[in-house]
Amino acid sequence: MSTGTKGRLKIYLGYAAGVGKTYRMLQEAQALRQKGADIVIGYFESHGRQETIAQTEGLEVVPRRILTYNGSEFEEMDIEAVLRRKPAVALVDELAHTNVPGSERLKRWEDVHALLDAGIDVLTTMNVQHLESLNDQVFHATGIHVRETIPDWVVDEADELVFIDLTPRALRNRLERGVVYGPEKARRAMENFFTETNLTALREMALRHTAYEVEEKLVANPAAASETPGAAPDSQTSARTERILICLTGRPSSAILIRRGKRVADYLHADCLAVHVKVNETDREAVERHMSFARNLRIETNVVQSKDAARAITEFARSKRITQIFMGRSLPQPWWKAFRETVVQRVVRQARDLQITIVAERRRSGTT
Amino acid sequence: MPTPADHRPDPEELLRRVQNTERRESRGRLKIFLGYASRVGKSFRMFDEGRRRKERGQDVVVGAVQREVTPDIAEILSRLDVVPSISTKHAGRTYEVMDMTALFRRHPQVCLVDGLAYDNPPGSRNPQRWQDVKELLDRGIAVISAVNIQHIREQQAEVERITGKRAANSIPQEFLHEADEIEVVDAPPEALVGRTGNKDISDSRSLAELRELALLLAADVVDRQLQDYLEAHDVAARWGAQERILVCITARSDAREMLRSGLRNQARFHGALLVAYVEQPDLRAADRDKLDANLALARELGAEVHCLQGLDFVQTILDFAREQRITQLFLGHSGRPQRAWFGRTPVDRLIDGADGFDVRLFPHEGKP
Repeated sequence: MSTGTKGRLKIYLGYAAGVGKTYRMLQEAQALRQKGADIVIGYFESHGRQETIAQTEGLEVVPRRILTYNGSEFEEMDIEAVLRRKPAVALVDELAHTNVPGSERLKRWEDVHALLDAGIDVLTTMNVQHLESLNDQVFHATGIHVRETIPDWVVDEADELVFIDLTPRALRNRLERGVVYGPEKARRAMENFFTETNLTALREMALRHTAYEVEEKLVANPAAASETPGAAPDSQTSARTERILICLTGRPSSAILIRRGKRVADYLHADCLAVHVKVNETDREAVERHMSFARNLRIETNVVQSKDAARAITEFARSKRITQIFMGRSLPQPWWKAFRETVVQRVVRQARDLQITIVAERRRSGTT
Repeated sequence: MPTPADHRPDPEELLRRVQNTERRESRGRLKIFLGYASRVGKSFRMFDEGRRRKERGQDVVVGAVQREVTPDIAEILSRLDVVPSISTKHAGRTYEVMDMTALFRRHPQVCLVDGLAYDNPPGSRNPQRWQDVKELLDRGIAVISAVNIQHIREQQAEVERITGKRAANSIPQEFLHEADEIEVVDAPPEALVGRTGNKDISDSRSLAELRELALLLAADVVDRQLQDYLEAHDVAARWGAQERILVCITARSDAREMLRSGLRNQARFHGALLVAYVEQPDLRAADRDKLDANLALARELGAEVHCLQGLDFVQTILDFAREQRITQLFLGHSGRPQRAWFGRTPVDRLIDGADGFDVRLFPHEGKP
């Protein structure tokens, strides 16, 4: 995974603002400093929380740099300065942050990778809802569209992941006491995002994801071959590698399809490919966006030119020894086309020797 | 003959919920810190919460302490009121029993109880400490306590598989479910290896497995709390963080392959697996035999089999999937390879109606 010179990444994972991720990260930084580690703060967001600020005492801070965008000033981590300073360990808060336009890199996790590549260990924080693969599930459970996301492989590759827990009740108490936000913001937060049900759902996701990461490390490292938890009951089935094919289009639901297919592939340790059948030139930009999104998640993408999408998908799947095809639902047909088959129906009819998964959009149901 | 599945919570279950709610109103609140090994910092977190509550003006006392405490815990204890436990000797062993009479007299708002799974000596008021805690709660005293996964009775077989050891003293898992809040104390196993107190479990692999077990247990407790909350507040069930797989069995389907895949997915996602079939009165004898064989196989593999009644196969399955918060539905490809010229096939209708969950179609038996 990492060469001898690459820095180690440790992530403090929470499920909402205010659970104490940054605080715990700073506590560890203090402990490391006392042991004589050369440690600096690359970026830290206090949100005006006094207990957290107190934890920074005595830690060296690399000053932020100021960027101007659209006439406003923004403060960002001064990545060049941290690289020049070259400490053993750097603290970088809020891994999911998107840099202001004009920065060298789009995302903070890319900055963090630059530090790791330079051999600097990094301590960082994030919330579970920023994980790309959980984006639709988070929307489904909470009604919140999270825009800043981190590809799962960034978290998978972290050397250590620690779950920072706080019960939703304790978190809401902290909000009420004004520890997390000012009074007006706290009141609005408690009515909207920080509801008991939202927090509970996100917390469960964080618990399950941490468990998943722990198990992945166990599977990847079968050194002491004790029985792996969750091993398949049938060794023949598990021995056969599954290969998943995601069928991309220009429709917005393709993003959901990509996340879902990749998540299932990751959990099943399956190979994951994507294909787009180019019938004509419509939606070119949207298709390209989805293709690059898929590549960003480390999915191999392919384009096939054909007038017959269903046939092309089936043939491509067979040629690539695919075991499972992932497709989105076809749009409802207008009445005058009702007798015609949709692409999904045709693939279902033609690829009867394969598993086909039709992914539904995750819409919100009921009330909060 | 299987009995028809009842999808609604049964009256006993509803009664249990009402009683729980009533009891909770007069009862003290119970909060439990759950850890996966000794020295992850459960006790520290518990006493630290006691300290903070005292600073906020709550009346906090310590009811039980472990025999050996770390310096940081000793420091906190020096700032808290301690109701000394009673030292008794039994069969050559020294026991520390909570002084219930003194605690009742003192009647604090909050009582801190370390070592929840402690066994009291024979002849005590209660055989086990968690029963003492129950009495404190019944008298309206809030309790904060800490427990290690190896002391949760229902988890002990799994812990023994991992570590080769079984702790003599334990608490029923039901007591964990009764808690108003549980908080996970997580730490990477690397931090624990070599630390005193974990001489028993020095292997970091075993620690990682215990860690996963504790995280998943907490996720299940949290999931149950969320469902209870939603039902108590009359909110429609929502898809949570857990994958829930429904395998639909028919006379024609390749049940073995679907069940195998279902079990594998259940294991990998740590999800739930349900099996259902729709009762069809006019089934031919050959099909009836095939169906019975498929169901027998499902039961043999340990699946929970539901027999559904309904005139319309598709609608019956869709309703059941919604009630059960299914995220993936497994079904065999439809019977005929030809396209349906008039109307849509049942599979088409199922895909159209599958809001919020995926439909996975499986090849039939004997097909390549």
